[in-house]
Amino acid sequence: MIKTMLKAGVAAGALLALTAGAAVPQGKTIKIGFISTFSGPVAAIGNDMRNSFELGLDHLGRKLGGLPVEVIYEDDGFKPEVGLQKTQKLIESDKVDFVVGYIWSNVLLASIKPLVDSKTFTVITNAGASQVAGELCSPYVFSTSWNNDQTPQAVGLYMNQKGVKTAFLIGPNYAAGKDMLAGVASTFKGQILGQELTRWPDQLDFSAELSKARAAKPDAIFAFYPGGPGIQFITQYAQSGLKGQIPLYTAFTLDELSIPRLKELAVGIPGAQEWVNDLPNETNKKYVADYKAKYKSSPSFYGAQTYDAAALLDSVVAGVKGDLSNKDAMRKEAEKANFKSVRGNFKYGHNHMPIQNFYLQDVVKQGDDYVLKTVATIVENDVDKHADKCPMK
Amino acid sequence: MDGRSARFCRLVFAGHLWPILCLARIAVTLAGAMLYFIEQCLNGIQLGMLLFLLAAGLTLIFGIMDLVNLAHGSLYMIGAYFAATFAALTGSFIAGAVLALVATLLVGMAVEVIAIRRLYGRDHLDHVLGTFGLILFFNELVRLIWGPAGMTLPLPNQMLTAVQVLPGVYYPAYRIVIIATTLVVALLLYLLVMRTRIGMLIRAGASNREMVSALGINIKLLYTLVFGLGAALAGFAGLMQAPILTVQIGMGENILILAFVVIIIGGIGSIRGAFVASIIVGLIDTVGRAFIPDILRLFLSNNAASTLGPSLSSMMIYMLMAAILVFRPEGLFPAASK
Repeated sequence: MIKTMLKAGVAAGALLALTAGAAVPQGKTIKIGFISTFSGPVAAIGNDMRNSFELGLDHLGRKLGGLPVEVIYEDDGFKPEVGLQKTQKLIESDKVDFVVGYIWSNVLLASIKPLVDSKTFTVITNAGASQVAGELCSPYVFSTSWNNDQTPQAVGLYMNQKGVKTAFLIGPNYAAGKDMLAGVASTFKGQILGQELTRWPDQLDFSAELSKARAAKPDAIFAFYPGGPGIQFITQYAQSGLKGQIPLYTAFTLDELSIPRLKELAVGIPGAQEWVNDLPNETNKKYVADYKAKYKSSPSFYGAQTYDAAALLDSVVAGVKGDLSNKDAMRKEAEKANFKSVRGNFKYGHNHMPIQNFYLQDVVKQGDDYVLKTVATIVENDVDKHADKCPMK
Repeated sequence: MDGRSARFCRLVFAGHLWPILCLARIAVTLAGAMLYFIEQCLNGIQLGMLLFLLAAGLTLIFGIMDLVNLAHGSLYMIGAYFAATFAALTGSFIAGAVLALVATLLVGMAVEVIAIRRLYGRDHLDHVLGTFGLILFFNELVRLIWGPAGMTLPLPNQMLTAVQVLPGVYYPAYRIVIIATTLVVALLLYLLVMRTRIGMLIRAGASNREMVSALGINIKLLYTLVFGLGAALAGFAGLMQAPILTVQIGMGENILILAFVVIIIGGIGSIRGAFVASIIVGLIDTVGRAFIPDILRLFLSNNAASTLGPSLSSMMIYMLMAAILVFRPEGLFPAASK
C-alpha cells in the first residue's frame, strides 16, 4: 500500500518536473485583473484604458508571449475602499497572474499593500503616487505612466521659460493634488502667491477659488483637475472672464476626453504630457490610427499608457517563456522594457518608473475638430525625484 | 495689513513724509480686502440661489404631501439633460431652457401619477425606498438615452465675461443671471402660494387633506400639480447650473444632500425658511472655503492649512445643522400649519 503510494508520488513528482521544464506550458491561460473606473462621472477614462488594452491585445493576436489571455475588468467606482476590495478579490478569489490599471493615486495607495504582500506582478498604467516611486517601491510593481510631480515639474519649467514671475496654484485635496502642486512649486522659480486645495471629488464649483486667484493678481494660474472636474474648471475659468487676463497652465486637465466637450474654451491653454497623439514613431502612428478606426474617437494619454502595458506584459511572458512562477526572472525581463512603446524610447529606472521625455502640448483647431499638438520637448530623460528614497537596486 | 503696505509704511517714515500717506495706503488695502469679501459673498449667494431652487420644490413636496423625495436630484439631472439636448437642437440657450422646463414639469407629473401616488400615507421608509429606486431608474434611463459620457451646455459667447458690479469687483456675467432669475422665480413662487386660489388650495391641502377633498376639490390633481411644480423647480436648478458644471449622470445626488440640510435648517414646509437657509448655507460653504484656509495659516503650516481648510469648511454646514436640530428642532421658520 505504502509502496504504491510512494510510486504514485514519485510519478506525480516526475510529471510536475516535466511540465515545469517544458518551454511553454500547454493549456495555460494568462489571467489579468484590470482595475479602473468604469462608472460615474469619470467612466470615460476607464473606457479609454479598456479600449486601449483591448486594442493592444488585438495587435498581439490576443496572446501574451504566445499564451491565450483572459482579462477580468473590475470597476473601482472612483473610491479607494472599493478599489481595495476589488484588488483583494482579483488576488485571492480570481488568482490572477497580473494586475493592471489604476487611474487614481488614492485608489492605488489603498490597494498597494495586498499587491505587494501577495507578490502579485502589477503594472500601474496611470496613478503616480509619489510614495510608490519612493519608499513604497516594490520588486514586482512597475509603472507605464510617471510619478505625479514630474508632469507639473515640466509645467513649472515651461512657466519659467515664459517669464512668469508670480503664480497661483489650484488643485484637488487628495494624494495626487498635493503631489502636483508640490511638483510645480519645486521647479517654478517665481513667487507663489497662494495655493488652494479643493474638496475632492464632490466640489465642482470653483467660484471661491477663482475669485481668490483673481484677487491675488498673479501672472499665471496653474491648475490640476483630471477627468470631468477639469471640464468644469476650464469652463468656469472662461466664464469668469479670466481667460483673457491671467493665463492658465495645466497638468492632466486637457486631454482627448475633455477637449471634444470644451472645444473653443480649451484653445491656447498649454499643458505638459509624456505622450501626445502626434509623436512621430511607427508604434504610435499604428496605435492612434487603429484606435480611431475601431472606436471612432481619439485615444488619450490614459489609453496610450495602458496600450504600453499590454506590450510590456507580452515582452515579460515571452522573456520567461511562459513560466509565470519565476517572479524574479519576470522582474528582470520587465526591467529591460524590451518592447516598442508609443512614446518611442522607453526605459526603467531602478524604482520601476519610466525615465522619459515630457512635451509641451497645446490645443489647436484642425478643421472642425480641436486636437492636441506637440509644441516642444520641455525635459529629456526625466528621472522622478523620489527615486532616491527607493531602496531597491 | 499685508507685506507690501508694511514696506510702504517703513519707506514713508524713513523719508519723513506725512504719516497720512501711510494711513491712506492701509485704507486702500482694507478697501481691497472688503471688495474681495463682497465678491466671495456673491459667490455664496449664487450657490444659495441654486440651493433655493432645489430646496423650494423639496420643501413643498415634503411639507404639503408629507413625502420624502430622494428622486428630486434626478429631476434636477433630467432638467439639465433636457436643456442640453433642446439647446443643441434649437441652437438657442433660452429656447432650450424654456422647452426643458416644460418637459421636466411633464416628467414630474408623469412620475407622480405612475409611481409617487402609491406612496402617500405610507411610512417614510417606504418613501425612501421607493424614491431611491427612482434614482437608480433615472440614472440608468439617462445612460440608455444619452450615453455614459455626459453633455455640455455651452453659454452664448457674450456670457463668457465678467461684469463690474462695484468699482473693482468683477463678477461672472452668467452667475449674475443666475442670481437675478432665481430672485424672480422666488418672487413668483411667493405670489403663487400666498396670493392665488391655487396657492390657497395648496396651503389648505397641507393643513387638512380630507377636509379639502370633502369640499369637492380634486386633491389628487392638486398633488400632481404640486409635484410637477417641484419637479420644474428642480429642473430649473439643473438647467441653470448646467453651463457651470457639466451635465452628467448622478449630478443631482451630492447637491440634494445640501438641499435637505437647507430644508432642515429653514423648517420643513416653509418656502421662506428655505430661502433664508439657502443663502445661509451658500454663504457658509463659500465664504468658509475662501477664508478658513487663510485663517488656519496663521496657526498652522501652509501645507496642513491647505489640507485641513477644505474639510473644515465642508463640516461647518453640518455643524450648523446639528446646532439648529438641538436648539430649534422645527427649523428657523417652522411652517405654521401642522
